[in-house]
Amino acid sequence: MSYSVIGSSVNRVGGRDRVTGRQVYSADVSVAGTLHAKLVRVPCARARIVSIDKTGALGVPGVRMVFSGEDLEPPYFRYGPVFADKPIIAIGETKYDGDPVAVVVAETVDAAEAGARAVEVQYEELPAVVTIDQALDPGMPLVQDPDTRGDSPFRDTNTLKEWRFGWGDVETASADLVIENEYSFPMISQFAMEPFAFTAAPDHDVMTIYTSIQIPTKMQKTIADLLGKPLSKVRVVAPDPGGAFGGKQHPKFEPVLAYIAEKLQRPVRLELTLAESFYAVRRTSARVRVRSGFTRDGKVAFHDVNADWLIGAYADITPRIVEKGSYAGGGPYVIPAVRILSRALLSHTTPPSAFRGFGVPQMNLAIESQLDIAAKKLNIDPMEMRLRNIPRKGQNFLPDDPACDGHWDQVIARAAENIGWNTPKESNRGRGMALGIKMSATTAASYSVVRLHADGSATLLCGTSDMGQGARTVYAQIVSEELGVPIERIHVVMGDTSTVPFDLQTTASRSTVYMGRAVYAASQDVKRQLQEASSQGSDSNEEILKSLFGKVSGEIIGVGTARAEKRDGHPLGGHTAFYELVCTAVEIEVDRETGGVTIHKLVTAGDVGKALNPQHVHMQDDGAAVMGIGHALMEHLIYDERGRLRNAGALDYRIPTTKDTPGKMVSVFVENEDGPGPYGAKGCAESGLLAIGTAIANAVADATGVRIRELPLTPETIWSALQEAGDRS
Amino acid sequence: MNEMTTVPIAVTINQTRYDVEVKAHHTLLEVLREQLHLTGTKRSCGEGECGACTVLVNGEAVNSCLVLAAEMDGAEILTIEGLERNGELSPLQQAFLDRGAVQCGFCTPGMVMAAEYLLRTTPHPTEAEIREGLSGNLCRCTGYEGIVEAVKHAGRETDS
Ligand code: FES
Ligand code: FES
Repeated sequence: MSYSVIGSSVNRVGGRDRVTGRQVYSADVSVAGTLHAKLVRVPCARARIVSIDKTGALGVPGVRMVFSGEDLEPPYFRYGPVFADKPIIAIGETKYDGDPVAVVVAETVDAAEAGARAVEVQYEELPAVVTIDQALDPGMPLVQDPDTRGDSPFRDTNTLKEWRFGWGDVETASADLVIENEYSFPMISQFAMEPFAFTAAPDHDVMTIYTSIQIPTKMQKTIADLLGKPLSKVRVVAPDPGGAFGGKQHPKFEPVLAYIAEKLQRPVRLELTLAESFYAVRRTSARVRVRSGFTRDGKVAFHDVNADWLIGAYADITPRIVEKGSYAGGGPYVIPAVRILSRALLSHTTPPSAFRGFGVPQMNLAIESQLDIAAKKLNIDPMEMRLRNIPRKGQNFLPDDPACDGHWDQVIARAAENIGWNTPKESNRGRGMALGIKMSATTAASYSVVRLHADGSATLLCGTSDMGQGARTVYAQIVSEELGVPIERIHVVMGDTSTVPFDLQTTASRSTVYMGRAVYAASQDVKRQLQEASSQGSDSNEEILKSLFGKVSGEIIGVGTARAEKRDGHPLGGHTAFYELVCTAVEIEVDRETGGVTIHKLVTAGDVGKALNPQHVHMQDDGAAVMGIGHALMEHLIYDERGRLRNAGALDYRIPTTKDTPGKMVSVFVENEDGPGPYGAKGCAESGLLAIGTAIANAVADATGVRIRELPLTPETIWSALQEAGDRS
Repeated sequence: MNEMTTVPIAVTINQTRYDVEVKAHHTLLEVLREQLHLTGTKRSCGEGECGACTVLVNGEAVNSCLVLAAEMDGAEILTIEGLERNGELSPLQQAFLDRGAVQCGFCTPGMVMAAEYLLRTTPHPTEAEIREGLSGNLCRCTGYEGIVEAVKHAGRETDS
């Protein structure tokens, strides 16, 4: 198909505001008469709050309120996207390092800070659950009060929930080679450059929340429930987030601010630093034990997986992360028998939330490493091994789900040709490859409105959050393509629940597919109305609009909807809209003296269906690749034995800089226009991160002969592993 | 030093003179953002580790979260808001836009200012010089590819 703007790399809509400093982020919002909040915390993971003396703080000039758990009465309001388990402030006990015990509200930031320093908290430090082994130890304290856990069969343990997936019989599956290993994936920080900033502003009976968030509608519901207001009286204004990566899906401190603002009838604002944001969200760590069987000819016979995921003190969206990450944990392969048991374990650490890849990278490290280990033992090329196991397009590989929806062999071929898989390499170098697959959105509800104005320009309303992925641009391209309106004459309005129609969420690489379809449908609705009017004798948009609105002005309003309903009985609640499939390949070198890894080349190959804006796709891939290098080589949160987070902030937690990127980075994609999105598009925002840690670990093994089963592959880790291997041989 | 202590300063920001009373303990970043409402300069780490708050002070790239506003008396400051001329983007800004150097954009103001400094001191930087010059500026979105490309390109533009 040939298009006018679809498939072309038009510049980012909103890009101009971003290079001039005009873009308004949540911390840039200023509401007249705002009070400033500061959180008071105690320096340990878990403590019994003995008393909070507010006198000193209240004596600081400008301090208006010191709010704490004592100011609340049972039954306590609790919130959370899966379980309503989190109170708006610690009640009686803190549950993780950084869990606030009080909020000081004052006329200025300085006064709030002085007030926070003057609050005297008496507390008794209690033993904390910080590791997977501690969480599994029945002798350790319970993180959540059993009485708050309803009829959960696990209420008297630190297991939040357990999932069992699979098919076939792993016990009887026959295999020529069986290998069993344990892998561990660290806690990682989303590290969006924009720290959290929130303002809650009451005005008559409407509460407005300004916050950088991926799911404004869910925030709206949480605040409405908290304050007992109808949805119409809660307005969430979500300025485009300054990076989110999943970490900005769910409420953080907005509920406590809304509660205080409602009490004081004044706007209240809280801005966190980057370091403080580390205490608000992280990625789930995991320990995955896998027993895998293979046939002599390189077919996977079975995987038997036991995965323990260390979540935090509150569930947030982690049950869904564990569920979805585990479900397709066997990877994009046709496997006769799979058994997966996953457990989400509560701990006294920062509650994790979504992070690009959503539970996939954790499982990927285990499964894709196993494949490589088997390939070596069976003397089969690792790429060939993967080609022998992937499904062909249209072939089923997950029993309850749609068949393979792309030519995945082409994806592997693209990666291979770009990394030079079959070409000779220098002797000190290693190559590694890994596939990744992610289940996308299983339900959807996206609504969009296109307004074609009398002068032929257009306004598009939709509830996606543009956090850098470029949703505004792609939607403007769709409207432009369908209605012939130039991009610069289209205004895309997002992020204000009182203005834009409902959208379920900006997650799971869904927005191009689902909201894209709604925008496409709304454009078609406008087109249809134009055509109806045109049968009265005019043809160009201008002429039709002139005939309609020449005398009394007006506009054409098009409405579009894209929904996917829940499937009862399906383990994930619905069919994935598409599979996000990636093949990552790297060529690296290991410095045996230091353990340092140099990445000479990195290739990300994805199955994108149709790249609506190729430059944007490359940017997603490049960004994910470098973020993945962070995961692979340097990033991990460190908790000490008392559960104190030791490396919050940019000083102690290193992410890749301009000097840590690969010598050469290539992003390629397969386009067969076979996705469910407009023009055959599939989502592609997460794929680049799914397999990269594994690809690098596989390359390190290829270069050194030493297999490391944990991330990050820091120089110390690699060096020690090399020493150990040297000692053994 | 009392939190109430204020100091009068006269600064030139983006060619406009400002006479302001600043709190003795406030950073340049706080004064830019909260007092003068020049919110283009961003706060991320607040501890000199990310470059989001980069501005030029007397021609030098500075992390504005690390310097006290009170020390700025008489200084000539250039922020992201000062690069555009008569509604025209500077070549560097244009290159950022065209070369895919911007995603969420939160690092962009600091990144552009650091690159502006680099090009002023090294008009035709090599890729290694660009990577060195921008190594104090973190970006979590782009993987830096587009940014390095943009600076390379803007460096070439100034050739003529
Ligand atoms: S905010 Fe100044 S260097 Fe990070
Ligand atoms: S573009 Fe988002 S941090 Fe750089």
